[in-house]
Amino acid sequence: MSKGVAITGMGIISAIGNNVAENYQSLIQGKKGISRVSKIKTNHVNDIMVGEIDFTNEALEQQLGLTSDNNYSRTALLGAIAAKQAIQDAGITDINAYKTGLISSTSVGGMDMTERYYYDYLEDKSTQKYIEGHHAGDSTQKIAEQLGIEKSLVTTISTACSSAANSIMLGARLIKSGQLDRVVVGGTDCLSKFTINGFKTLMILSDTYSTPFDENRKGLNLGEAAAFLVLESDKVVEAENKKVLAYVKGYGNANDAYHQTASSENGDGATLAMQKALDIASYNPEDIDYVNAHGTATGNNDLSEGRAIIRVFGENVPDFSSTKAYTGHTLAAAGAIEAVYSVLALQNNIIYPNLNFKTQMKEFNITPQLALKEKPLQTVMSNSFGFGGNCSTLIFSKEQ
Amino acid sequence: MKNVYINSIASISAQQTLDNTSFLDAIEDYEANVLSVINPNYKEYIPPAAARRMAKGIKMGVVASKIAIQESGLDNIDAIITGTGMGCVRDSEKFVSAIIDNDEQYLTPTSFIQSTHNTVGGQIALELQCKGYNFTYVHASTSFESTLIDAKLQLELDEEKNILIGGVDELGDHTTEIQKLVHLVKAEAVKTSEVLDSKTKGAVFGEGANFFVLSNEKQASTYAEVVAIKTYNTLAETEVLQEAIHFVNGSNLNIEDVDVLILGNNGDVDFDAFYTTLAEGFKNTQQASYKHLCGEFNTASSFGFWLASKVLKTQTLPEVVKANHTDTTSFKTILLYNQYRGENHSFTLLKQC
Repeated sequence: MSKGVAITGMGIISAIGNNVAENYQSLIQGKKGISRVSKIKTNHVNDIMVGEIDFTNEALEQQLGLTSDNNYSRTALLGAIAAKQAIQDAGITDINAYKTGLISSTSVGGMDMTERYYYDYLEDKSTQKYIEGHHAGDSTQKIAEQLGIEKSLVTTISTACSSAANSIMLGARLIKSGQLDRVVVGGTDCLSKFTINGFKTLMILSDTYSTPFDENRKGLNLGEAAAFLVLESDKVVEAENKKVLAYVKGYGNANDAYHQTASSENGDGATLAMQKALDIASYNPEDIDYVNAHGTATGNNDLSEGRAIIRVFGENVPDFSSTKAYTGHTLAAAGAIEAVYSVLALQNNIIYPNLNFKTQMKEFNITPQLALKEKPLQTVMSNSFGFGGNCSTLIFSKEQ
Repeated sequence: MKNVYINSIASISAQQTLDNTSFLDAIEDYEANVLSVINPNYKEYIPPAAARRMAKGIKMGVVASKIAIQESGLDNIDAIITGTGMGCVRDSEKFVSAIIDNDEQYLTPTSFIQSTHNTVGGQIALELQCKGYNFTYVHASTSFESTLIDAKLQLELDEEKNILIGGVDELGDHTTEIQKLVHLVKAEAVKTSEVLDSKTKGAVFGEGANFFVLSNEKQASTYAEVVAIKTYNTLAETEVLQEAIHFVNGSNLNIEDVDVLILGNNGDVDFDAFYTTLAEGFKNTQQASYKHLCGEFNTASSFGFWLASKVLKTQTLPEVVKANHTDTTSFKTILLYNQYRGENHSFTLLKQC
């Protein structure tokens, strides 16, 4: 059994940057990536704001060196870009030198192409190459191929907006148990008409910039992004003399078992997830220096999560903020995006501001961190919650 | 490390598999290119008002999980791990077509919510009021095997005692239609008895839900022990036999110790070679196939897992699944192999208790 689960590489592409350094610059400059949607033709264009990545599919295909007969969905394209960055960042040249797995996550999968060619498939042969790209595992298979991972454990998790947190959790468990020496974990989701309209019917999309934990919050901004992290065992870290960026110290997963889409009033599932993560890490609540909250800016989430945070931390709630106002809610990828941000927070001893906040919520008296704050950080907790009652918490630490 | 046992099973399939006291006694002989499940009386398990709103995949998953939990004798389980290749695909179809047909107007959230892949796992948690660990794997033909890897890991380390796992997928009309166009689904209707030798492109598709309670404590109802499970994103046809030997050896067994080899062949002329190549290395071993009975779908291998569990507990191998004829009458160790279109291979090793 490996004691530590080391993070040795990270890659990310989001609305606030095409790599780790760009994302960090935007975070500390308070620069959000939210705008009107430009790459998807939707009637709701003036009703919503999104976190969209600038590159077109063609540009992303070019970066990956794909030929025109490829059948990559945008989900697969973004995922492949971020995963390749992570491998490079970890200094890996021979991917199969160690038992290496890949655990990705997505909720949209190939839906962007399915919704584009849904009826065309029946008549236009040239579109049919995307039919096999619809299922959620397809983007993961493609990412594995891009990384050169062969004959190994490759799988995909889809637990709505908690997906990528769960892929990090599974990866950590596989390293700890010795089943894998190294695992690439993360998630990817592109914007789609499907999710825009889906969240629209639930009436939880804001028509302006989202305002997490604000009394007058109007809902979320959707975003698209991909992020991957390389997790390695003590054995690999020692043998390769690896630079460790941070450790995955704790993880907890629970189900709210309350409603298909809504969180329970007092955040039962969220509370359980945070408590389990503290248990696994052998930490007390006071050991947490910063909480990167799920903070979607929906009425329901922020109230439920805030109450759960109070239940876990009592009178001494640590500094907390949501970074969703920067990137939008990137659904299945969110847990990985925010894992990268949590590691960057640890590396730089920085707490990010919770943008767009104006008015204190009435139901409780905790307030998110509003300005960029420098503070020595040892530990960061990151929350991710999703439809289906899925609640996940990760804890990252500087020290093993 | 603790051993992992299959303490109960439940299967909803195109065959009469709902009643655990029978074992493929009467076979439904279809002539089709898609096989729908024989629906249980959902109302017996789910309040009618709730059942009306539920997608078929959810209903199948909820009923199969309730049967499995009932047979295990437990009141509740510690964790729920679901595998599904496509989720509730009919609701995905409904929502996409509504977006296109109505130009993004007059949409309702139900089909969007039910299109989320973890909707089955979430609904099972709601039904059982289970606040424990809840994961959904969506990785094509290893979706179910991923649940098995995850559950086994937790039970071996005694992190949990009883875990519900399952594979569920439903058929959707539009999806089937476009899958025919690219020869994933066979163009022609084929008889159940002939599909495995059909020598044409594609497979007869199906749907179903197969759920199991895995535990690290053996009990009277126990079907088998899960010895080992391994998945591979890629594997060449030439490597399958060697990998199978390596896998079996990893559990301190030789291929001669395998009493039954259960294969996931589906009669697709382009990809069945993976199975025939492996079968040649197991010439003297009893072999069995099952996809002619349940159809091909992303979690069809969970039906194979159900079959293996039944064989080990009842010590009988129904004629209809036999792929060759040997004089094997004692079934102690079963090896399962599955892949789909040359990708996402898996080996699973089960042992009699």
